[in-house]
Amino acid sequence: MTAVHATAPTRIGRLATVLVATVASFLAVFLGTTFGATPAHSATAPCAPDDQTACVAVVVLDASNSPVTGATVMVEGEGFTQELQTAEGQPASATVPGAGTYVVTLDVDSLPDGVALAEEAATEFTIRAQTGSTTRVAFRLGESEASPAPTATGGAGGEETDDTVADGPGTAAEPRPDGSVTARQFWQQLGSGVRFGLLLALASVGLSLIYGTTRLSSFSHGEQVTLGAVSAFLFVNVLGLPLIVGALLTILVCGATGWAQDAGIWKPLRRRGTPVVQMMIVTIGLSIALQFLIQLFIGAGSVRILTTNPQSWTVGPFTLTRASWISMGIALVVLAAVAWFLTRTRIGQATRAVSDNPALASATGIDTDRIVRIVWILATALAGLGGMLYGLVFGTTNWMMGMQMLLLMFAAVTLGGLGTAFGALIGSMVIGLVVELSNLFLPSDLRYATALVILILVLLLRPQGLLGRRERIG
Amino acid sequence: MDWTRILTQVLGELLAPTTAAYALAAIGLNLHFGFTGLLNMGQAGFMLLGAYGFAVATIAGAPFWLAVAIALAAGAIFAAILGVPTLKLRGDYLAIVTISAAEIVRMIGRSTVFNDWTGGSSGLTGNSFKQTFQELSFLPDGQSSLGPLTYANNGSDSWWVRVVAWAVVLVAVLLLWMLTRSPWGRVLKGIREDEDAVRALGKNVYAYKMQSLILGGCAGSLAGILFVLPRAVQPDAMGRSMTFFVWTVLLLGGAATIFGPVLGSMLFFGTYMLLRSSMREVLPPEIVSSTQIEQIGGALVGVALMLLVIFRPQGILGNKKELAFNVR
Repeated sequence: MTAVHATAPTRIGRLATVLVATVASFLAVFLGTTFGATPAHSATAPCAPDDQTACVAVVVLDASNSPVTGATVMVEGEGFTQELQTAEGQPASATVPGAGTYVVTLDVDSLPDGVALAEEAATEFTIRAQTGSTTRVAFRLGESEASPAPTATGGAGGEETDDTVADGPGTAAEPRPDGSVTARQFWQQLGSGVRFGLLLALASVGLSLIYGTTRLSSFSHGEQVTLGAVSAFLFVNVLGLPLIVGALLTILVCGATGWAQDAGIWKPLRRRGTPVVQMMIVTIGLSIALQFLIQLFIGAGSVRILTTNPQSWTVGPFTLTRASWISMGIALVVLAAVAWFLTRTRIGQATRAVSDNPALASATGIDTDRIVRIVWILATALAGLGGMLYGLVFGTTNWMMGMQMLLLMFAAVTLGGLGTAFGALIGSMVIGLVVELSNLFLPSDLRYATALVILILVLLLRPQGLLGRRERIG
Repeated sequence: MDWTRILTQVLGELLAPTTAAYALAAIGLNLHFGFTGLLNMGQAGFMLLGAYGFAVATIAGAPFWLAVAIALAAGAIFAAILGVPTLKLRGDYLAIVTISAAEIVRMIGRSTVFNDWTGGSSGLTGNSFKQTFQELSFLPDGQSSLGPLTYANNGSDSWWVRVVAWAVVLVAVLLLWMLTRSPWGRVLKGIREDEDAVRALGKNVYAYKMQSLILGGCAGSLAGILFVLPRAVQPDAMGRSMTFFVWTVLLLGGAATIFGPVLGSMLFFGTYMLLRSSMREVLPPEIVSSTQIEQIGGALVGVALMLLVIFRPQGILGNKKELAFNVR
């Protein structure tokens, strides 16, 4: 099998060139369409309520319950005035001086073209803010259907949590009281589901490949996803590099972490014959360490990679941001390239051979260590790309986003069949769709729970997953 | 530099109710992982369910013992639900399912749907469910000192909580010691070493695994009650990091040992406190803020766990031959 070694570098080189070229060309579009985005430092950190701090958070929603960005809102009261701009990804929040009565006013002139306030809807709302909690205000735009009136609810206090991560455009649909779902909402959620599934697939294909070749369930894969978003933030926002350069550097850095990990940790452990369970706990340790290190760099709050306002494109019944469409394009091309790599190149075929039976593969002359090294680099680079696109699509990034995605990745990988790369792809699409479509019927803070329920059902009914081979796995 | 204060803090940490709660959770995990070889990655889910069971039942008006029973039942039912689909499968499936299920519990707890019972993401305040527990106290009111440590006799952060917490841990240690020496415990160890061999002897491996999962889960639920007694029920404080810290505690002390979890918990929290306090003393706050010290401390825990598992997987007290790492 010396032929493998002889031809492999050129094959890999070609694959890498194709990947880099496609990503680069897509990102060029990205760059061109974001108004020559001047990278700036991230917007003011969101208000975090504690014993002394009271917060007011404002969202402006259009008729399809998507957040409207760029609207100006004034928060006034108790001798305090602050102007807020709504942005993608999270509600605009203000730290008010203390408990008391505040008036929140929507500036109708600031609304983007094509969206208008519903008739008779209030533009002004009086709320009571309390320390230790966030008082939420929602302005609803568009055709005045059921209740266009602004609503205010006392929200959660405490540390910043999950919900901020995936609250992007189109994910905020709340179930309507009568349980009916409009076709428009359905299409919107379907589009979001495909988008989420594709981004999830980028991350979980790597997880599945690692599992396939080494039998290791890597708990630190979530942090690899976060790392992509965080390094994109550092390169583009903090260092001010152009997006395309920052993105390529990000993929490079993430792939390098995979190489370093395998060279520094996993290969020596494999040499020692360390059992897989032990290695799994090492990945847990790595995951804890990376989480806190990432916090050390970017803090516990949310950051934004790009600070420009997103524009939306409508294709058929789907309205998504421009970043979403481009990200979906990149994800599709990259996933197709990975599929081509796995089925058509010798290295890819060798990878699948190692997945299938490592002992047999090495007996036929495949250098398993080398394959595993390539898999680690590929997996971490893909995870980094997924994380970066996720950060661009949903606007904000924080240290725990990968941790949340990890469970969805596990669900996707198990659903598709542990260790099968194509299973991971199908599983991710299913999980992405289920997560977003469940939004139509369930409150949005339970949408990840549905994915995990699927995971448990799969194990009950078809533990080998959709594409897994029927075998005794007990 | 005020080393007396730091050492007092460390000493206080050794006896803290949180340390006892982690020790008890690690005892439950020890039954799972150390003795049966089950990879439970959702111990925090059991703890959170126990905490919710106890707090919600108390708020609904249940007397103390009934509330404890409800918490234990919640843990047992959770274990059974998790065990049915996974205990017949390979070990890592249990790991993935338990970590996911623990997250589901946390998400449901903090969702707005059950706001009336669980208080959503802000949780349940301590005073709403502590009454029945504190009424049981037979200590006189006032303060007591033990060496440099002074706490109130009754109340949230009191001697009463400490006495009860460590008494529960002591009972659990005794119980674990008796159980693992019993014929039942020998079967568990057999399953850990070679499941098929035990099956060949005519034992119902699935049932034994299920019993172990339920029993350890109940220990987790009880640990959850101990954890929330000095504070409030906060779903976000009982997530994956908590599970991972329990694992660190167990592996530090030594899996498959009787005193490992207790030693591990004391050592973990003592060292953690020593580390952070001395960093606070040594590093000027202008350069490294207190949040950053917490983050550095957390990162060091992760690195320590990695080094521990690589270089001394049996922990301090453990025996390398008794480790469940080799099973499948």
